[in-house]
Amino acid sequence: MNFQIALLLGQDGITNGAIYALLALSILLVFTVTRILLIPLGEFVTFGALTMAAIQMGKAPALEWLLLALTLIECGLDAYHFRSNLGSKRIQTMVLKVAYAVVMVVLIQMLPLAELPMAFQALLTLALMVPLGPLMYRLFFQPLADAPALVLLIVSIAVHVAMVGVGLLLFGPEGARTEPFSDTAFRLGPVMMKSQTLWVILVSILLIVTLFLTFERTLYGKALRATAVNRTGARLLGISPVFAGKATFGLAAFIGSLSGILIAPITTLYFDSGFIISLKGFVGAIIGGLISYPLAAVGAVAVGLIEAFSMFWASTYKEIIVFTLIIPFLIWRSMTSHHVEDEE
Amino acid sequence: MSTANTSTVTNTGPGKPLLEVKDLRVAYGKVEAVTGIDLTLREGQLVTVIGPNGAGKTTLLSAIMGLLPSKGEIHFDGEDYVSPEIETLVGRGLGLVPEKRELFNTMTVADNLLLGAFQRYRRGDDSYEQTLSEVYSLFPRLWERRQQQAGTLSGGERQMLAIGRAMMGKPRLLMLDEPSLGLAPLITREIFRIFADLRRQGVSILLVEQNARAALKVADYAYVLEGGQIAMQGPAAELANDSRVIEAYLGLASKHQELLSS
Repeated sequence: MNFQIALLLGQDGITNGAIYALLALSILLVFTVTRILLIPLGEFVTFGALTMAAIQMGKAPALEWLLLALTLIECGLDAYHFRSNLGSKRIQTMVLKVAYAVVMVVLIQMLPLAELPMAFQALLTLALMVPLGPLMYRLFFQPLADAPALVLLIVSIAVHVAMVGVGLLLFGPEGARTEPFSDTAFRLGPVMMKSQTLWVILVSILLIVTLFLTFERTLYGKALRATAVNRTGARLLGISPVFAGKATFGLAAFIGSLSGILIAPITTLYFDSGFIISLKGFVGAIIGGLISYPLAAVGAVAVGLIEAFSMFWASTYKEIIVFTLIIPFLIWRSMTSHHVEDEE
Repeated sequence: MSTANTSTVTNTGPGKPLLEVKDLRVAYGKVEAVTGIDLTLREGQLVTVIGPNGAGKTTLLSAIMGLLPSKGEIHFDGEDYVSPEIETLVGRGLGLVPEKRELFNTMTVADNLLLGAFQRYRRGDDSYEQTLSEVYSLFPRLWERRQQQAGTLSGGERQMLAIGRAMMGKPRLLMLDEPSLGLAPLITREIFRIFADLRRQGVSILLVEQNARAALKVADYAYVLEGGQIAMQGPAAELANDSRVIEAYLGLASKHQELLSS
């Protein structure tokens, strides 16, 4: 290995690591606030990437119909749940939700998707993807909010499996790659840096800083942190677990699909690529002990780097090396931290 | 609905009923912890619920707050609730300071207080900053510690923070569960002094206390809870002179205090 190769691998590793860091943070966020280990996070990544690819090819991605269907189911369930006191405010919210989904369907059908500027295509993708997060929480997890963490994990796995199937149905078995955000490249010493690499790193850093500020400075961010620290305390102040669950799932959907849009120009993604990607974010989250955000981010970048270098030295064992990383950290964690009882 | 209370005394007095509980029942599995309680609290009143450990006092408060599923009727501020949702009740002006305080230990004192105003912030009510300065002037200790993590506070400061946090929601009725538990007598006195301030601000109080002597001294009306039922009720001053109450609750407390002082 010479310096040039090391730089190339490092560039790859940090790019992937930045994405893993974003995913690790989402996993941590969702887990601390709702006790759900968000396995379907990877599907947000692939759905985001594949939707962006479909839009760039000028095809309607069919995701808008999923959005409409889930919205209708949600409104139906809400109407049934609140049948005795269906206030005008609730009806208004429902109408708005359905209207949003219908507008998305119309937009996707009417707009000349392939000719749109890329920023608009990305916005459209996010507009389709982000509502799926709260919808997923409402339909699959909210009815089980008080269930033990193990039940939530099982449901999470089930949702993941179902979404992989839905992905195959919506996007087909072919992989997809999108155009890079810009074509320029930069010279860094002996290697060329693709501009997409810089995009990934810049957007990731920007997102992490924004998240940090949101959670430190805004009352909504603080409310989510409070729910993670003490669920009963938060409820007593009127911070509802439903609000917290939907908000964190919305954030996770946003971060996941944005990650998908970011990496789609770098790697070919398939309907079932999400699991391995989010699993690597999970390794980062484990390194952070499922508690510490900075440790998780650093751990995730380390995962990216180790992955890149092991690809060079022992490409067949790439995944094995990355996932074996978990074991020493689990041992270290189990020796240094106190055992926390499950709340139930 | 049945009114299962055999007692003929009720909490009559000036002011509209703010909280009315009728035939409230709470069960943990097959065991009923609260078996048909009727309770009234009028606007501006301080009502106390005293009783031995395990009488169902905490369960009663949790059910009124909507933390536990219950059967029976809860009327609060002119609305009826059956197994109410906490968020709705908080929005309507009900606050609970629980026995375990339930603070956000890894967040600062200032953040803990601000979160108390979450629902007001959400409604677009900006006056919570004024409430914040009111809370700080009521508890200067919290102002000194505002940048400290809640987990580092002493027992008394934690209780002040819990009460201050509940006040940030501008409750019309504040329910307090054992506010003096584990506190030194001097701090207990300080906490009880706050109740007068709160009442001056128009907050009604439902106080659950083991320190029956102190509770009966500040309360207008009192309920004695035993085995999940109301055993006795009446104006606090009358109950404080009731021989059964003195024997069961006040006598023991005074003996206890003698032991402590000797």
